[in-house]
Amino acid sequence: MNIDDIFLQRRKRWNSLLQIRKNPPEEMKECPVCHKKIEKALLRGNFGVCTECGYYFPLSPRRRLELVCDAGSFKELDGKLSTGNPLDFPEYEQKLAQNQMKTGQTEAIVTGVGSIQNHRVAIGIMDGRFFMGSMGTVVGEKVARLCEYAGKKKLPLVLFCASGGARMQEGLFSLMQMAKTGAAVERYRQNGGLFLSVLTNPTTGGVSASFANLGDIILAEPKALICFAGPRVIEQTIGQKLPEGFQRAEFLLEHGMIDRIVARSELKETLGTLIALHQPKKKDKNHE
Amino acid sequence: MSEKRELTPYEKVLAARSSERPNTMEYIEALFTDFYELHGDRLFRDDPSIVGGIARFHGQPVTVIGHRKGRNTEENIRYNFGMTSPEGYRKAVRLMEQAEKFHRPVITLIDTPGAYPGIEAESNGQSNAIAESISYMSRLTVPSIAVMIGEGSSGGALALAVADRVWMLENAVYSILSPEGFASILWKDAKLAPEASRVMKITAQELLEYGLIDGILPEGRRVYQAMDRMLRTELASLGKLGPDALREERYRKYRKIDRTAFSG
Ligand SMILES: [Zn+2]
Repeated sequence: MNIDDIFLQRRKRWNSLLQIRKNPPEEMKECPVCHKKIEKALLRGNFGVCTECGYYFPLSPRRRLELVCDAGSFKELDGKLSTGNPLDFPEYEQKLAQNQMKTGQTEAIVTGVGSIQNHRVAIGIMDGRFFMGSMGTVVGEKVARLCEYAGKKKLPLVLFCASGGARMQEGLFSLMQMAKTGAAVERYRQNGGLFLSVLTNPTTGGVSASFANLGDIILAEPKALICFAGPRVIEQTIGQKLPEGFQRAEFLLEHGMIDRIVARSELKETLGTLIALHQPKKKDKNHE
Repeated sequence: MSEKRELTPYEKVLAARSSERPNTMEYIEALFTDFYELHGDRLFRDDPSIVGGIARFHGQPVTVIGHRKGRNTEENIRYNFGMTSPEGYRKAVRLMEQAEKFHRPVITLIDTPGAYPGIEAESNGQSNAIAESISYMSRLTVPSIAVMIGEGSSGGALALAVADRVWMLENAVYSILSPEGFASILWKDAKLAPEASRVMKITAQELLEYGLIDGILPEGRRVYQAMDRMLRTELASLGKLGPDALREERYRKYRKIDRTAFSG
C-alpha cells in the first residue's frame, strides 16, 4: 500500500465518521436489551452486534450473505417461489404482502449457491423478520430443492436457521414440511453430503424439530434461543418460572445438543475451515 | 344412508380427546397377537407415554408403536397424558431400527396432544429427538403405516407418522397444534378454539380432500374390523415393493406436498 492509498483511506474513514456525526436521529438504532442508541453504520461495521452489551441484532438475508459469502459469489435459486394459500386462510395474502413490504423478501428463506472462502456451497438463509421466519410450503420446498441441488452438484450445504416455528396459516401443509425437509436433509446426508446447520436467534418449533437440528455439525450464535416448545408455553404448562439462560445456545452446548457457539464475526472463517476439513487430503510436500 | 349428523370440527376435537375412545393398548390387544412390549431408549429412561414392541398380525411379525393415554386420571398421570419426551421418540427410533434390521413392517398408532413442553424434555433435546424420528422414518426400507386414532397434534404426532400410508379414524383430528394453542397465538384468546378448529382444516374428511392422508376408517362397533381389513390390504400392497422402491415412494409422497405458486 503506498502513501497516497493510506491517505485516501484515512480520508474515506474520516468522511464516513463525519457522515455518522451529521446523521439525523433516525440513523440511530436502539438496542432492545441495553437501550443504547447506536449509529447504524457503526452497528453495521460491528456485524450487527451491539457495541455496548453484545446483543445480536437480526440480520437480513442480504446482509448475512455479505458477511458469509465471498463478495459477488452468491446466485439465488427459486427466488420467485411464493405461497398459494393452501387452506384459503382469511387475510393470509394481505399478511404476506405486509411481510413482503416490510422485509423486501418474497418469503422467509433465501436459497442459492455461493462460495465461502473459495469453497462452493449450497446455502440458505432464513429471515426471522418475515412472518417470524415461520415454515410454510415455500420454505419447505426451497429447503428440499436446495438439498437436492446440493446432492446433485456434490456441494456442502449450509443453512442459517431463524424461525418462530410453523406457518399457522398453512395448517397441516406446514406440518408436512417438517417431513419433507427432514427427508430431504436425510437423503442428502445419507448420500455423503456435508450439512452445516447454523442456529440463530430464534430457532424454534417445527424448524428446530426438523432440518435445523439434523446438521452433521450444528453451530449457534451466542445466546440464540433454540427450542421446540417456547418458554411461555412451558411456563404455562408447568406453572413455574424458567431458569435464567434456559434454552439459550450456551445451555444447549452444555447439554450436548450443539457442537459449538461461534461469534458472528468468526462464522465465515469457521465455515470455511470446516468445509476445508471435509475436502480430500491435501498434498503436503514435506510429508510425501 | 346414515341419519347421523356429521360432527362439527370442534366436536370432533372433543370426541378425539374423549377418554371413552379406544386407546392404543386396546387397538393393540384387538388387532395383534403375541404382543411383547419392549422398554427404554438405552440412553436415559423409559418414557411411559410411548408403548412399543413386537407382535404378530395374522401371523406376520410386525413392530407396533403408539402414544399411550390412560382411561382415568391416575393412568393419565402415569402416561403423561400422551405427551412424549425425547426418550419416548428415541425409544420409538430404537424399535424402528430393530424393525429395519429384522425386516418387520412398522405400524404406529397416533394419539397425542403434542410433545411434552417441559424443562427436562427441552434439556434432553426434544427438537433433536423429533427431528431424528422424522428423518429415520423417512428412510426405513420396510413398510410403514400410521393410524391417527385420536388427536394427532404437532410435531409430536408427526414424529411417528412419516409413513407409507397414513389413515385416520373418522372423528380423529390431525393438526399443527391444538386449536386452543392456535387461537391463543393468532387471536390471543384460547376460547376461540371452536372457530380455530374450523379454519385450521383438521378433520379426516378435509385432510383426505387435500390429499394429505390416504384414507378414513369408520368408528363404532366395526372399527377393529375396518382397521384389520385396512392393515391387511395395505401391508399386502406395500409388501410387493422392494426396499428401495418403498423408500423412494415414501420420499416422493412427502416431497410432492407443495402448494407453492409461480414455481420457477
Ligand atoms: Zn445493547
